[in-house]
Amino acid sequence: MQLIKRDINLDFIGKRKIAFFLSIVCILISIGSLILHRGPKYGIDFAGGTLIQVKFVSAVDTDNINSGLANIGLENSSIQDFGEQSANEYLIRTERPLVTSEGFSSDLEKALEESVGTDVEIRRLEMVGPQVGKDLREKALFAMFYALLFITIYISGRFELKWLISAVMAGALIGAVYVFKLFDVSIPFLIVAALAVTLILFWFLELKYAMGAIVALIHDVIITVGVFSIFDKEFTLPIIAALLTIIGYSLNDTIIVFDRIRENLRKHHRQPLNFIINRSINETLSRTILTSATTLFVVVALFVLGGGIIHDFAFSMIIGVLTGTYSSIYVASPILLIWQQLGKVK
Amino acid sequence: MKHFSWKLLLVFAVIVAAIIYILPTFKPSLWPHKQINLGLDLQGGMHLVLEVDTAKAVESNVERIAQEIKERLKKKRIRNVTVDRIEEIRISVRVKNEETAANVKELLDDEFRDLTLSKSTDNGMVLFTLAIPDGESAHIEKLAVDQALETIRNRIDQFGVSEPDIRRQGETRILIQLPGVKDPQRAKDLIGRTALLEFKLVDDTGNLQAALKGNVPPGRQVLYKIDEDPETQRQSKTPFLLKKRTLLTGAYLTDARVQIDSQYNTPYVSLDFDKKGARIFERITGENVNKRLAIVLDQKVASAPVIQEKIAGGQARITGNFSMEEARDLAIVLRAGALPAPVVILEERTVGPSLGADSIRAGLISMCIGGILVVLFMILYYKGSGIIADFALALNIVLIAGGLAGFQATLTLPGIAGIILTIGMAVDANVIIFERIREELALGRTPRAAVDTGYERATLTILDANITTLIAAVVLFQFGTGAVKGFAVTLSLGVIASMFTALVMSRIIFDYILMRRKVKTVSI
Repeated sequence: MQLIKRDINLDFIGKRKIAFFLSIVCILISIGSLILHRGPKYGIDFAGGTLIQVKFVSAVDTDNINSGLANIGLENSSIQDFGEQSANEYLIRTERPLVTSEGFSSDLEKALEESVGTDVEIRRLEMVGPQVGKDLREKALFAMFYALLFITIYISGRFELKWLISAVMAGALIGAVYVFKLFDVSIPFLIVAALAVTLILFWFLELKYAMGAIVALIHDVIITVGVFSIFDKEFTLPIIAALLTIIGYSLNDTIIVFDRIRENLRKHHRQPLNFIINRSINETLSRTILTSATTLFVVVALFVLGGGIIHDFAFSMIIGVLTGTYSSIYVASPILLIWQQLGKVK
Repeated sequence: MKHFSWKLLLVFAVIVAAIIYILPTFKPSLWPHKQINLGLDLQGGMHLVLEVDTAKAVESNVERIAQEIKERLKKKRIRNVTVDRIEEIRISVRVKNEETAANVKELLDDEFRDLTLSKSTDNGMVLFTLAIPDGESAHIEKLAVDQALETIRNRIDQFGVSEPDIRRQGETRILIQLPGVKDPQRAKDLIGRTALLEFKLVDDTGNLQAALKGNVPPGRQVLYKIDEDPETQRQSKTPFLLKKRTLLTGAYLTDARVQIDSQYNTPYVSLDFDKKGARIFERITGENVNKRLAIVLDQKVASAPVIQEKIAGGQARITGNFSMEEARDLAIVLRAGALPAPVVILEERTVGPSLGADSIRAGLISMCIGGILVVLFMILYYKGSGIIADFALALNIVLIAGGLAGFQATLTLPGIAGIILTIGMAVDANVIIFERIREELALGRTPRAAVDTGYERATLTILDANITTLIAAVVLFQFGTGAVKGFAVTLSLGVIASMFTALVMSRIIFDYILMRRKVKTVSI
């Protein structure tokens, strides 16, 4: 069987302006949504707070749950359906980290059973103090930053044999970030600044493959975060894991196209770059679509059947696989072309 | 040919090793006895991060020294001296006249040389300020965390949890993992309790009513006895005016046991003191017959019986409205000793066993469905070669499972997600190779040549693509906590396994078919 014909020749590069426009619109919508929602919605892992998953024996009214919670001083908690409708499971969330000692769960159980009138099981209880939440938030941002940085060293080294330059650059960046951290600079700001500096350095050091790859990655991460923000979903530790996996996955796609571009540059060195890029994308198209398809199969299976806890993780992976595939075709490779065109003007 | 059989041997060895490591998970008696560990989110259990309030440890140390200074002054009959703890961690010694000041100075120089001392005068009054040197207080803080760790370990051992994981995290934090704990609330109460046992005299002559209005006489304090009705859970608070000075603490205990009062059939906790404790207890009771002695546990009065006579032999009992369970837990914490400083729970994650079982089931179902979809798709798309890829995929899962057991890694719910993701991504390496082979075939090469060039060209690409995922996984492992770490582990194992199965194993199958069977076409 063959879905994509051998001699397929779609004009991807010709449509790159439309693609850029689309990407920029998506990114603007993402950032807009983030601004509207006043930043990403942090789950209790990052914001601190308490989360309780309860399961009732039979169907209940959320108002009754509320009144039960009010009896033990948890008036302002949000109550949310969890998992399948028939499961009678709810997530109770409060913003403040409760001191859950001294018989808290038995009190909660009693209060709920009284107000709802059916047996209840406390299935999960998570409490994260504000200090731990802040620590985790910083750690997550640094993890994203370091993943991006190490990956760029690898790409610059592998594709342009500039191991030393990129390693020195990365070392300097890590050092600078470390020093700024000592001065208590706001971490998100620091990371954004570091990424901007990274891109500028790529430009001056002429690390064009690394530039293409990292722009594609930032593109994917922003859009995934944006979609999360639009759907008002929460960021938790597993979502950060998903984002890092998306970074790895998207890069995987990008590298395969880049590899083909390099091969074709040697093979057809008389042809213009836009021809080579387009040909490379077409040659690898079948593989790109197939791998995305098999990966989508499994993450959709996970999304539908994996249960409530892993639901959002699977959701972010679906978004990530889609944007990752798109960006390796329409973002990463065209940047090589733009680079060359700008070079000509210069 | 020789090269071929060498690779075959390698593949065979890897598969056998993986299977040997997986088997104990199903039958624990088998060598090497390494099972796949399930994370707390899958088997249920509790994860706690505690912070030891080390500042309090320093404070109580200073308080103790202040008490000691008072006692020494008393013994030396130096009067008109006020000793106070100020600014939490300093001691001020105020003296009215110069002559006494000289005596005080001599005492402080003789017996409290390990403290820093500064002297100032303020209209005739001499003020000595003592403090613990910085290095020493850092040492006290470190010791407090060590001691807390040890005490908590003791308590959990006595509570009875199989395979608890208790370790220090950073400077002042303690990480506790209790897999499969049945009653998390009880375990938490047991761990978090300071369990500071103190004996103090009740001041029956002082004015309790005035003290309750905020007018507490010097050297006195008000503490409450809290009673709760087990049925209605309504509480009543009884105030007591106590002399602040602690006469005896739980530090002198050698044992604490639950016993049943034969008269009322209620449990109580009996205490045994060591020799020194017994002597102190004998002296206190001897000196204070007919007065009330309060037993104070964590700043709450447990009971305040009247001392009938001098008690020798070093035995005491704590009575109260205990349930059997409460009495047992109290005995455990008293036996294991008090925490040197209070602890605060910074993070808690408790998962019930039923939720864990649900997660495993949902994870396995989505793994099966996702896997079947991928397997069918590969056969449909690549026919015979698809079967080879599917075989590689199956082996991939065997290798991940073997790796998990072999490295004693923990399988978590995100970890299962990682395996599922690997199923989707593992065929990628095969897809890259197969697409390449198809391209070569389309150029008119023989099957043999097409397979050779296909693998040759695809190898570097596959390495590049997988190494980047591996980088992301390693960073994730560094940053991750618990469940997320499990994801990083399965993802890395999956990436490595898929490279191995695609580049080495499926290649051998192709070679075998093309060489031995002299097949003229490739089913791809």
